[in-house]
Amino acid sequence: MIARLVRGLPRRALILSAILLALGLIAPFYVGDYWLTVLTLILYFAYTGQAWNIMMGFAGQLSLGHALFVGLGAYTTAALFINYGIPPWIGLIAAVAVASVCGAMMGFLAFRFRVAGVYFAILTIAFAEFARTGFDNWSYVNGSAGLFLPVAQYTHNDLWRLRGHPAMFYYVLLTATVLIFIASRIILRSRLGYYCLAIREDEQAARATGVNTFRYKMYAVMISAGMTSFAGMFYAFYYNNLFPEQVFSISRSIEIILAPLVGGVGTLGGPIFGAFVLQGLAEGLNNLLNMLGIDVPGIKQVFFGAVLLVVVIALPEGIWPWVARLIGVAERKK
Amino acid sequence: MPADIYLNVAVSGVLAGLVYGLMALGLSVIFGVVRVVNFAHGEMMAIAMYLSLLAFNLFHIDPLMMLIPCAALLFVLGYALQAGLINRFITRPEHSQFLLMVSIAIIIANTQLILFGPDSRAVQTPYSFESYQFGPLIVDADKLYGAIGALVFAAALFAFFRFTRVGTAIRACADNYTGAQVIGLNVNRLYALTFGLGCACVGAAGAILMISADVTPQFGPIATLQAFVIVITGGMGSMVGALFGGVLIGLTAAMAGLLFTPSIKAMFVYGILVVVLLFRPQGILGKRVS
Repeated sequence: MIARLVRGLPRRALILSAILLALGLIAPFYVGDYWLTVLTLILYFAYTGQAWNIMMGFAGQLSLGHALFVGLGAYTTAALFINYGIPPWIGLIAAVAVASVCGAMMGFLAFRFRVAGVYFAILTIAFAEFARTGFDNWSYVNGSAGLFLPVAQYTHNDLWRLRGHPAMFYYVLLTATVLIFIASRIILRSRLGYYCLAIREDEQAARATGVNTFRYKMYAVMISAGMTSFAGMFYAFYYNNLFPEQVFSISRSIEIILAPLVGGVGTLGGPIFGAFVLQGLAEGLNNLLNMLGIDVPGIKQVFFGAVLLVVVIALPEGIWPWVARLIGVAERKK
Repeated sequence: MPADIYLNVAVSGVLAGLVYGLMALGLSVIFGVVRVVNFAHGEMMAIAMYLSLLAFNLFHIDPLMMLIPCAALLFVLGYALQAGLINRFITRPEHSQFLLMVSIAIIIANTQLILFGPDSRAVQTPYSFESYQFGPLIVDADKLYGAIGALVFAAALFAFFRFTRVGTAIRACADNYTGAQVIGLNVNRLYALTFGLGCACVGAAGAILMISADVTPQFGPIATLQAFVIVITGGMGSMVGALFGGVLIGLTAAMAGLLFTPSIKAMFVYGILVVVLLFRPQGILGKRVS
C-alpha cells in the first residue's frame, strides 16, 4: 500500500515531506500564540484548498461556492452541539452527510442538465448565496444574529468535545491536513482519480472510451463537499461564533480557492505551498507596513492583489510545479 | 387601496431593473464576444459611481450629466485592460482567467477603500424627492430619469452593433473566432474595443445609479453577483436578454420585498437563477451554444 503510494516520487520529496511534518509537529513548542494562529490559518487554507482541488484540480469542475460546504459543516455540528450536546466528532458524521447530499443535489442538477464551465461555477455561487440568505432568515440557527458556542476553557483540553487550547486545534488540523494529503494521493492513484483526470482533460473523449462521466463527476463533488465540511466543523469550534454573512459569503469561497490557484491547480503540493506563500506574504506585508508606520485600510489588499496578478501572469501553472522542478522534488515522468 | 401599492412597487422595480439591465448588458457583451467573464464588473461600476460622486461634490455636476464622461473613461480603462492584459489570457483555462479578474477586482475595490474610506456616500439631486403622478401611479423622478438614460444608452449600443461596420466585425468575431482571423479582422483590437464597450455600459449604469443609490467599496462584489444573475437569467451573450433579465430580477426583488420581508429578496433572485440554469441553461432569450 505505502510502496504503491510513494512510487514515482524522488527520494528528496519524501525527505522533504518528513522534515516538514517533523517541523509541523514540534512547532507549537517553539512559537508563540501569534504564530500558532498563523500556522493554524495556513493549515486551514491548505486543507480547504486540497478539498476544493479534488473537485476542480482532479475532475475539472470549477466551484466558486465552496463556502457553502464549510458553512453547512459548521452549522450542522454547531447546532447539534448547542441544542443536543452532541459531540462534534459525532456531529461530523451528520455534517459530512448534509454537505455530500447538498453537493450531490448540486451536481445532479448541473450534470443532468449539462450545466458546465462558467455556468457551473456561477451555479455554485448561486447555491452558496441561496444558503446565505436562507440561514440569515432561519430562526432555528438564530438567523443573522449568529450562533455562539460556549467559550472554551484553555486550562483543560477536551479533544472529544473540541474544547481547549489553540495548540490542540492546531494538532487536529495538522492531522487532518496530512490525512487529506494522503487521501488525495490515494484518489489520484486509483481508478476514480484516473477517470477524473480523463474527464478534466477531455470529457467527450472520456465518455467515448466508456467512462461514466456523470457518475465520476458526482463522486468528485460529493467527496470534495464532504471533506470540506470538516473544515466547517473546525471553523465553528475554533472561532466559537457563526454568522451566515461571514461563513457563506463569496469572499470566503474566493479565499478557499486562492491557495490552490496560486500554488498550482491539480497538484498535490500546490494547496499547501500556496497557503504558505499567501499567508507568509500577508504576514510579511503586515510587518512591513507596521515598520513603515503606514496604517491605511485596504493598502495590504492592494499589494496582495498585485502579487496575485504577477503570479497569474508569470506562472500560469501556479508556483508549486515551478518550485518542485527547481528543488528536484517533482514527480518523475513515466 | 392595496392594488395601487402593488402597481407602484412593480413599476419602480421595473425601472430599477432597467438600470441593472444596462450594467448586465456590459457583462453580456464582453462574455458573448471575448468569452471572458468579467469578475471585476461591479468594481468597475463603483469606479463610475465614485467619479460621479466626485464631480457632484466638487463641481455640483448632476450625475446624469456624468453619464457620457464616465462611459468614455471606463471605455478607455476597459480597452487598455483588454489590449494590455486580458488578450494574453484568451486561450488560458477558465480558472486562470478567473484569478486574473479577481486580482484586478481586489486591486480596484481596495484602492477605492484607500481613497474614499469605508463609509457609504450618496448625492442629493434637486429632484431626489420629486415624483410624477399618472392616475393612481406615482413614479419617482430619479428612477424614471435613470431608466430613460439606461434605455437610450442601450439603444445606442444596439444600433452600433447592428448598423456599423465595426459592430458587424465584432459580431463576426463572436460567431467564429478563426473565421474572423482568416478574413483579416484584427481580432485583438476588436476584442479590446468590445471590452471597452462593455465597460462603458457599467460606466453609464454607475453614473445613473448614483442618483438613487449609495456607494461603498463593498458595493462592487455585490453588483458583480447581481450582474451574473441577470445575464444568466436573460441569456449570456444576448443583448435584449440582459435588459429583460434586469427587468425580471428588478421586478422579482421588488415584489418579494413587498410580499415577504426585504431581507429575503436575494433568495428569490437566486431561486430564479437556479431554476433558469436548470431548465434553460442558455438563459430565457439566449441561444444554445454547442
